[in-house]
Amino acid sequence: MTTDTDTSSTDGTASQDRPAADGGRRHRKHDAHGAPGSAPRPGRPGITGRRLAAWAAGTAGVLLLVLLPLLNISLPGVLPGPSYTPGSLQLLAMCMLMAAAALTYHLLLGVAGLLSFGHALYFGAGVYGLAIILQNLDIPLLPAMGLTLLIVIVLAHVVGSISLRVSGIPFAMVTLAFAQAGSVIVGRNPEGKTGGDEGLTLRTDNLPDVLVGVVNTRNLYWLALAVLVAVFLIVTWVQSSRAGHAAAAVRENELRVRVLGLQPYLVKLLIFVVSAVLVCIIGMAFLLLQSGAVPRAVSSDLTVTLLVMVVLGGVGSRWGAVIGGVFYTILDQRLTTLANSEAVKSLPDVLRVPLSEPLFILGTLFILVVIFLPGGITGTAERLAQRRNRGQRSATHDARTPGDLLEDAA
Amino acid sequence: MSTLVLLLFTGLGLGALYFLVAAGLSLIYGLMGVLNFAHGAFLTLGAFTGWEIARRTGSDNWGTFLLSLVIGAAAGAAFAAFTEFVLIRRLYQRHIEQVLVTVGLSLAAVALFDGIWGTDPVYIQGPAWFKDTTEILGARIPNDRFVCIVAAVLVLLALVFFLQKTRYGMIIRAGVENRSMVTALGIDVRKAFTLVFTIGGAAAGLGGVLASHYFGYVSPMLGGSLLIFAFIVTVIGGLGSLTGAAIAAVAVAVLQQFANFYLGGTGDFVVVLALALVLLFRPTGLLGRTA
Repeated sequence: MTTDTDTSSTDGTASQDRPAADGGRRHRKHDAHGAPGSAPRPGRPGITGRRLAAWAAGTAGVLLLVLLPLLNISLPGVLPGPSYTPGSLQLLAMCMLMAAAALTYHLLLGVAGLLSFGHALYFGAGVYGLAIILQNLDIPLLPAMGLTLLIVIVLAHVVGSISLRVSGIPFAMVTLAFAQAGSVIVGRNPEGKTGGDEGLTLRTDNLPDVLVGVVNTRNLYWLALAVLVAVFLIVTWVQSSRAGHAAAAVRENELRVRVLGLQPYLVKLLIFVVSAVLVCIIGMAFLLLQSGAVPRAVSSDLTVTLLVMVVLGGVGSRWGAVIGGVFYTILDQRLTTLANSEAVKSLPDVLRVPLSEPLFILGTLFILVVIFLPGGITGTAERLAQRRNRGQRSATHDARTPGDLLEDAA
Repeated sequence: MSTLVLLLFTGLGLGALYFLVAAGLSLIYGLMGVLNFAHGAFLTLGAFTGWEIARRTGSDNWGTFLLSLVIGAAAGAAFAAFTEFVLIRRLYQRHIEQVLVTVGLSLAAVALFDGIWGTDPVYIQGPAWFKDTTEILGARIPNDRFVCIVAAVLVLLALVFFLQKTRYGMIIRAGVENRSMVTALGIDVRKAFTLVFTIGGAAAGLGGVLASHYFGYVSPMLGGSLLIFAFIVTVIGGLGSLTGAAIAAVAVAVLQQFANFYLGGTGDFVVVLALALVLLFRPTGLLGRTA
């Protein structure tokens, strides 16, 4: 093969040169082409090595987070106090729940390519469903949670099967409409069940004592951590399952999946329902943490917040969703503190008005990230790392294209 | 009978507002494939501008009202043109990113309105005639309904005239049908993008001033709440179809009013239910093209 075809090695030109001998390798060529970022692959052992390292780092991180309430760590500017105080634990628990919620949104947007504007409906169903059931029925926590889950499973099937009849932008509009209906119900306060604008206070009669009160914030913190880890593992599992691969294929080319004899509709519905159920569980943990339900939990603002988190972190990356969720929650909290500080209040109006609105700053930041940093935080970090790697490699080897590697393997 | 007529006219007035928002949304989506979440912000800006005009020049005469309509529409148009020129144009053909940018813009804009005008609604007064009622078939109908209806009909006629009879209108219609062909014929379709955004923004700004009189107040949330119904209207009417938007706007608003009155305040659910039914039996909407 000439160097000419090598450098311009698209899967088409290269494989057409050797139609007969290529059979088995065509597949791999697709791989290399499909992931332009990972161009010079170090081969299988390297990947498993990196993956092992990532899992080890993850486990170590989780261990550190588990021990955090027992330690005295201060992060001025990030946490309101030392790490064992309830205020800090509350903020951290909120970060972890939001990160978990962003992960479920990642399952929709990053894996299946579904831009849903109605995700808050299932979060809110978890929050309000559990709150109302605890309020009105005299049953313990776990059966109440099971009942809420059952309701959300049915709800997600109904709404999902209708909304998925359209795709792309119309899907976004339709999911928004359904979520809005939910938000309206909560606002209307039917028979005084949802508490309207005031929201509901969690009734604690049937809750286990370890989950009630400020003293037990660290138990709730551990609960939130457990939820985050569980959601991360489930999302990883779903993404690497057959359904996850099929969903990713639908995202890339729905027609092709249909031609292969799979049913895109069912795959998308499955992902939609799984993500709804997971976010409902997070909603229930959120209710316990906040010990109350507020209308914001079911508003479209929450969906938009999740979307912003996922995009800030980097669409398509699990760690991106987690980082985006934590980053956004802390930034929001810090900006609110900043808005109420004396330093901002003494500024002239032109500066004071924008600075005292956290959402203005976050919205502007979001626009800038979308325009200038496609790939978000993780995407940018990866690109920087790659640039450095490429620099080193070209010093040792001559530039190698994916085509070269395949040639060597042959 | 009189209740029926009253509900009908109230519904028509609300439908007029939905149409003013949905017309721009539908044209923008049809031509550019952009779902514009910032459209509500255009409307809110128009409403607040109109309110400022009314506040500064005395609110109870017709001159002020007409001036506030013009300036409100101009404010919406300027905001929309700015959005297209500065934000949307960079992300040409990347639809998801375009949606995300408009989402961010609507977040930032609403927060900014909160900061400038406060989160509480501000109340507005129009010419004294608005508060009177006119009797039709025994029903006493508030006059501001007629203003909304007349304005929306005029906007519809103007848009239809513009799209059918002028050169740029033809470019826009051709672009909605087949954008790549228009580009291939050597026409700079990007000018049409800015134009469609400006027109949509003007209609939304006008709708904002009218909505502030219809509801009697302006608040930063005004645009967002109307926008959701405008989304429903555009999906039911068929994306990209102006006539579809007009028909669906009236149908949705009248249905909503009747359900609110006869079915105990369930208007919003009936509308979402109607959306679900339309999607089940006709996923492209009433007048949408079959893909």
